[in-house]
Amino acid sequence: MRRPGIAVALASVTTLVLAGCATDTPTPTPSQSGATADAGTGAQSKFFVQADYDREIALLGATATGPADRPWEQVLDPRPVDTAKYKKPGPYKICFSNAALNNPWRQVGYKTMQAEVEAQKALIKEFVHVDAEGKDPKQITDINDLLGKGCDALIVSPNTTATLTPAVETACAKGVPVIVFDRGVDTDCPVTFINPIGGYGFGHVGAEFLSQKVPSGGKILALRILPGVDVLETRWSAAKVQFDKAKVNVVGVEFTDGDPAKTKTIVTNYLQRHGTIDGIWMDAGATAVAAVEAFQDAGKPLPAINGEDQLDFLKLWKDKQLTAVAPTYPTYQWRTPVLAALRILRGEPVSSPWKLPQPTITQDNLDQYVDDAMPPLHYAMCGCTDLPGYPQRWK
Amino acid sequence: MTAELTRDPDGTATQRRSGAAARGRLTRPGGVLPIVAILALLLVLIAIQQPDFFQPASLLSFLGRSAPIIILAAGQYFVIVSGEFDLSVGSLVTAQVVVAARLIDSDPGRTWPVVLLLFGFGLLVGLANGLITTALRVPSFITTLGMYLILVGAVYLWSDGAPRGGLSDEFRRFGRLAVEDVPLLGRLPYALLVLLAVAGLLLLFSRSDPGRTLVAVGDNPRTAELAGVRVGRAKTVAFVLSGLAATVAAILLGGYSGVSFQAGLGLEFTAITAVVLGGVALGGGRGALLGAMLGALTLETLFTLMNFYGVSGALKSTVQGLIILAAVSVGALRRR
Repeated sequence: MRRPGIAVALASVTTLVLAGCATDTPTPTPSQSGATADAGTGAQSKFFVQADYDREIALLGATATGPADRPWEQVLDPRPVDTAKYKKPGPYKICFSNAALNNPWRQVGYKTMQAEVEAQKALIKEFVHVDAEGKDPKQITDINDLLGKGCDALIVSPNTTATLTPAVETACAKGVPVIVFDRGVDTDCPVTFINPIGGYGFGHVGAEFLSQKVPSGGKILALRILPGVDVLETRWSAAKVQFDKAKVNVVGVEFTDGDPAKTKTIVTNYLQRHGTIDGIWMDAGATAVAAVEAFQDAGKPLPAINGEDQLDFLKLWKDKQLTAVAPTYPTYQWRTPVLAALRILRGEPVSSPWKLPQPTITQDNLDQYVDDAMPPLHYAMCGCTDLPGYPQRWK
Repeated sequence: MTAELTRDPDGTATQRRSGAAARGRLTRPGGVLPIVAILALLLVLIAIQQPDFFQPASLLSFLGRSAPIIILAAGQYFVIVSGEFDLSVGSLVTAQVVVAARLIDSDPGRTWPVVLLLFGFGLLVGLANGLITTALRVPSFITTLGMYLILVGAVYLWSDGAPRGGLSDEFRRFGRLAVEDVPLLGRLPYALLVLLAVAGLLLLFSRSDPGRTLVAVGDNPRTAELAGVRVGRAKTVAFVLSGLAATVAAILLGGYSGVSFQAGLGLEFTAITAVVLGGVALGGGRGALLGAMLGALTLETLFTLMNFYGVSGALKSTVQGLIILAAVSVGALRRR
């Protein structure tokens, strides 16, 4: 899955991206409110796949198998595959080709993975990590290099789906068990693919919440990072379906580039133009605090809003008693590939795909996630409190 | 401007410029009339679409939000009018914000020491740009491009590619808060006060002898040198001013939006566009500081207008590019 931060890294070429997409991407109609049939949400994204949407919405209500207090070990809709052919004696050398470390989400995730490796040090004799710095060509080279280093298992978090597929196929062909997580690849050759429910689920949770909390006729502003990125498109397209169904008034759909300053300016402009805004939907939580600050600085009543599990937002939510919800794309998924690698190398079956639960933070469970001792950009859903080095490692 | 021309040692240049001045002081190349006219037109267009914009509270908050880019443009003006470029300011702003967040780490007690440190850092970067350009004779386009890349890489390395820490409320006050309940005006943003102070100081400087020397250096470095001006030192001063202006902009921007890796993204181009739009000649020697600052305000007004008319913000860069091309072509035509 392409994290927002990756999109953010592209911001310097945003204009080119946007210009390039302008002819074939449905353009949202920004400010046209009123009684349009589509509730002001524009045409549906061409990335929208109804079957995938239906499956993710169903998974939101599904019960996971596995220990409830260890969601990174849980599986939704398990489909076990046999891994006996990979069985070998330990301790093991595990290699990890990482797309990037260029945003707080990946930073928290990677620290969590390192801690998991440390927790398993009896079984892991060596852990090799290579950072592709958000570059496809570097990651292709990285994977090829790792293949010559005698790895017992290879974990890949691909930078982009299509471009990295051949490199992953090459790795599979060498016979080493490959585990892909976060973003996927277009091949079934990895032993398993680990990720949470996904973008439709994420976008739906926020939109459903706003549809309920924003009073009838209230104005909703949707803030997106940028168009044309598949996982961000899925988040928005699920929200669009929900908003259309609930017939709420979406007064604008704007792109922020994930930039807090731009986010704040956009929200300020909307407040000027419309007087009040009752709900803010976001496709990623990193700029949620900036959006709320625009209301505070303008002296306007705070909106209903969806953020993410970043602590700056959760703290603001608690302090200012926001009407809020936080769908998550949990960082605890960085623990799972290490556990999966060890299971595969011991010949134990794993689920493929391995769908992890994607919890939502609500008013009811907010207190258990707010932690003033952790830094503002930390992600609450790290599942890392039981790991070696907590909390210092994440500070 | 006429005043410093009388001290211009190059007789022919004075002759040519006196002719230009005779055609009209305000409309000559480098005058501020065209930019005032453009700004007025944009304000009329905003008034048609969104009269509320002119309520004191929203107008002042707009000016406060525009303060960082106006200050950056003012710094960039000195560099451009002296015949150079500063492409490093955007990455310097980002570096300053990221450094501030990591060093302050949400501890109010560290605010002021870190602010001092930021000014020291801005000064050093400007000094390095100036000395490399003048003493080593590296074209400033390359010097500051190199500085840009160095800063981007250094920040990436130092922060592992993602911002850490946090800014204190004390630090954020300047970019975010306002003096409340001012009679008639309502909220008076601190950023606007900072802007007025910085603009006042810089305007004084630009009218002082060293300020005028910068224009002369940009117009014709050879004649300036023959007249006894230390060209290298004058240009270095311009780069230092740009570095310090970027520091003030960083404090305001960091205050406005909080810590972000994109705090300064693309600002070097916005600043250059603003300066050029304000009638300052690329290559130096012509233009007024007030014009550059009005250019920045006009650019921000244009972006606000685009927003009010529902034009995609994605066109921002395109618009900037068109402005640079148009302004430079018009300038070239007029000089013929």
